[in-house]
Amino acid sequence: MRRLAAALLALSLTAQTQVPAALADTQLADPTREAEARALMETLRCVVCQGQSIADSDATMAGDMRALVRDRIRRGERPAAIRAWLIGRYGDYISYDPPLSPVTWPLWLAPIALLAIGAWLARGSFRRRR
Amino acid sequence: MKRPLPWLPLIGFLVLLAVVAAGLFRPADRVVHSQLVGKPLPDFTLQPLIPGRPGLSRATLTGQGPRLLNVFASWCIPCIAEAPQLLRLKAAGVPIDAIAIRDTAVDVRRFLERNGDPYQRIGDDRDSAVQLSLGSSGVPETFLIDGQGRVVRQYVGDIRPDDVDGLIADWKALK
Repeated sequence: MRRLAAALLALSLTAQTQVPAALADTQLADPTREAEARALMETLRCVVCQGQSIADSDATMAGDMRALVRDRIRRGERPAAIRAWLIGRYGDYISYDPPLSPVTWPLWLAPIALLAIGAWLARGSFRRRR
Repeated sequence: MKRPLPWLPLIGFLVLLAVVAAGLFRPADRVVHSQLVGKPLPDFTLQPLIPGRPGLSRATLTGQGPRLLNVFASWCIPCIAEAPQLLRLKAAGVPIDAIAIRDTAVDVRRFLERNGDPYQRIGDDRDSAVQLSLGSSGVPETFLIDGQGRVVRQYVGDIRPDDVDGLIADWKALK
């Protein structure tokens, strides 16, 4: 944890002094491709500033990740393939679109379960009032 | 049958308390681990960054015996703290190659003059493309590569003085 804090501090101190990749902050000429890239970037996590997507983050590394996404979209790669490539490197963690898996099923089922409990409670209290 | 409902909020509260307490005593691991550990290196080629020092590629990392691949940068402060440990590893016979992230020849040469030079090869990764393909999320990071070009371990963050013996043991185990 201390290492990470030190690394983050160092990065935050120096992040602005380096030149990010060419496509980091330059939109693609083709607006449909750019929109595709933009939609993908909004659902990819920046590995430096872990609470932000690479579309939102000012970290130089996020810029390099945006450049990677734009470059691959420009060369005609599908967004799903790029996401799969990144998951192969960093794990599901890199994606803000978590797949249904043993670790994430409580996330998907909890809202449904809570709604069901709420309906049951509401039914009980309405019945008493009658 | 007694009504169990009055106890329900208390039970709910105790469950929540247990969850929060568990998180307090065992904080989540925030380190981003590369998924390439145990897998072969991706195909890549990096040009040399400073004259007289070769660049590196998957081919140069394969069939040369186990070695370390250090991801570093001259602008990275923990890399300065790590430098003496890399020199100790070099003195122990561990071959070390490097990937310089977003760097320039002038800066790297100055960094090596000031902090020592443990590297056999230095590749120029100007836009972090190879770093991203390795699943590395920052500098410094070090990968242990075996003779077949497979990633055996990833060490995230700077190597501390008390990590060196373990690293040498990991490297020797692959020989």
